[in-house]
Amino acid sequence: MSDPAPVTATGPAPAPDPATDGWRRLPGRMLLVAPATALLRLAPALVVLVLFGAGSGNRTQVLIAGAAVVLAVAAGVVRWRTTRYRITDERVELHSGLLNRQRRSVPRDRIRTVDLTAPLLHRLVGVSVVKVGSGQHGSDSGLDLDAVATEEAERLRRELLARPTPAADAAPHPPGHAPHDVTDAAGEGAGRAAGTELDRLDWYSLRFAPLTISSLAAIGALAGASWNVLNETGVDPRRLPGADTVAGELSAAPIWASVLVAVGVLLLVMVAGSVVLFVERWWDYRLTREPDGTLRVRRGLLTKRSLSVSEQRLRGVTVAEPLLVRALGRGAQAGALTVGPAGESGGSGGGALGPPVRRAHAHAVAATAARADGPVTAGPLRAHPPRARTRRLVRAAGPALVLLAGAGAGVAAGGPVWTVVVAAVLVLLAVPLGLDRYRALGHRLDDRYLLSRHGSLLRTTTALRRDGVIGWRVRQSLFQRRAGVLTLEATTAAGGGAVQVLDLSPADAVALMAAVTPEAVADLRS
Amino acid sequence: MSTAAPSSSPLPLRPPANRVDPRAIWWWRLSALPVPVVLLAGQVVAWFLLPATPWHGVLVATGALTVLWLLAGTLVVPPLRYRLHRWEVTDDAVWTRSGWLVREWRIAPIPRVQTVDTEHGPLQQALRLATVTVTTASARGPVRIAGLDAAQAAELARRLTETTGRHAGDAT
Repeated sequence: MSDPAPVTATGPAPAPDPATDGWRRLPGRMLLVAPATALLRLAPALVVLVLFGAGSGNRTQVLIAGAAVVLAVAAGVVRWRTTRYRITDERVELHSGLLNRQRRSVPRDRIRTVDLTAPLLHRLVGVSVVKVGSGQHGSDSGLDLDAVATEEAERLRRELLARPTPAADAAPHPPGHAPHDVTDAAGEGAGRAAGTELDRLDWYSLRFAPLTISSLAAIGALAGASWNVLNETGVDPRRLPGADTVAGELSAAPIWASVLVAVGVLLLVMVAGSVVLFVERWWDYRLTREPDGTLRVRRGLLTKRSLSVSEQRLRGVTVAEPLLVRALGRGAQAGALTVGPAGESGGSGGGALGPPVRRAHAHAVAATAARADGPVTAGPLRAHPPRARTRRLVRAAGPALVLLAGAGAGVAAGGPVWTVVVAAVLVLLAVPLGLDRYRALGHRLDDRYLLSRHGSLLRTTTALRRDGVIGWRVRQSLFQRRAGVLTLEATTAAGGGAVQVLDLSPADAVALMAAVTPEAVADLRS
Repeated sequence: MSTAAPSSSPLPLRPPANRVDPRAIWWWRLSALPVPVVLLAGQVVAWFLLPATPWHGVLVATGALTVLWLLAGTLVVPPLRYRLHRWEVTDDAVWTRSGWLVREWRIAPIPRVQTVDTEHGPLQQALRLATVTVTTASARGPVRIAGLDAAQAAELARRLTETTGRHAGDAT
């Protein structure tokens, strides 16, 4: 994908053969990839089977392993033989399977995303998986074409993301907004043939790797997986060479030293692991705008990924600041708010437009992605009423207080004292959290964007284009009613379906609604 | 923009013009019956099956709570809902208010409406009621008007479909 395609392999689209009615087959190279992938997935089980089988002189297990290999290869061949795909003017169709025959089809005008993925094995033989996403739930949700030649995948990406009919999409925009976008895109498209680079990897970002929660979660998964492998292969870590010496020295040292060593080792593993994951994920990262206006993220060391967001599906941008990244590194991560289920276009990494970077840089990337001249997600926001602070505090500290009361009752009934200490610490931690969550609250209405910010552990600033608002939902719980605040949700086709503005005053809510959708609200004002 | 909101009014917008059909009160009452009734029956069975010493006291307590739930669900909440649930379709928007513990207001601008469905559950059919669901392209919740008179609902759905049909585009 990133490598220039070899000249011999490229060419115009393979002319549809009239005899096959436009149906195309997977390349022969898939005969290598599919069985190999299946074998790799089976590998741990096979290794265990063979190790045990060979050791005990039991031939059945070796035979089972052999049968599994044959089955995997056969399944790969069958898949290659039975998979056909076709792209007509209206639909993308994919047929596969011999016994369990699957027929998937996605209407062209529903296609939201076309993402290319090339895991290591695929890259070795020069093929890529094409994921077509439609942003719909259920039967039309999309299809995976696993896999076609990389050049063909690239061509499919361009063809499928090409603007279907400009008329269909221009209509829902209120006059005054749509023309701006369209002329912009057309002007840039005419001027340049290749994409414009908006951002590329800055190794400065590496320092944020150990600070992101997703990396930590991934480390946990990794540790769990390796523990499983150890268990399955029957290797006891305590019997590894050197384990005895380490254990001996540890048990001789005072308890605090052992704890310190354990914590240190854990931290070291986490940092190293997160750095490795970061490099795998963001190696050779580039954010470009293609001539047709599509935003494209390319990244990956072993598995190459290309994620595309067509501009007509873009409804806004986000800037996310996880607590550690924000507090220790002053960093942030820009993302795209696009039509389609959340995370569909990203897999790991969500709608992220790039790795965590310096905060100002993240805001700049968000603004560039939104084609704005000035800042979009940065700048001062309108604070929420002080009673929102009380609510944030109560909501943060409330559960901890309940715990504290429970622990207190437990101690009175003869329970252990440490529970009270833990609960009290939780209460003390909850207070700054609540205050920080209030500090994060804010909203603003710009010429083109509705901004909302909230969250402490994950502070998120969302800028939703005004013409991306397709409705309103206002909620007020009993407690909010007493505090005189309410929650406003601007519903949208993008992201999770709505952008939330937490705990704002009713007057502000109505002012926002009236400014964004004047026709709909004008009649309703009292 | 607007001036400071009077603290008595939760949202400085006028309430939607229409109430739902009064028969909806009976619909809410009947739908609130099954769960507590089944729970009560279970407790009656338990009364005879379990030993008296620790259990009868517990069953009296839970039974009282269940009866309270039943009474609230059938006598208190439905009239409250009837007072609070309101709807209106203006030339530009579908506008509803619902909920009793958590109040909820929804506005769906007409040009953004994608589909209009009517639905009648068995209970609703018996009471000649219907629910009109107006969906937009957002995954976060369609606008529902529950407990309309069936004929009125059909007419409303027809009118809405006609109006929204005039707006082109995929409304995203």
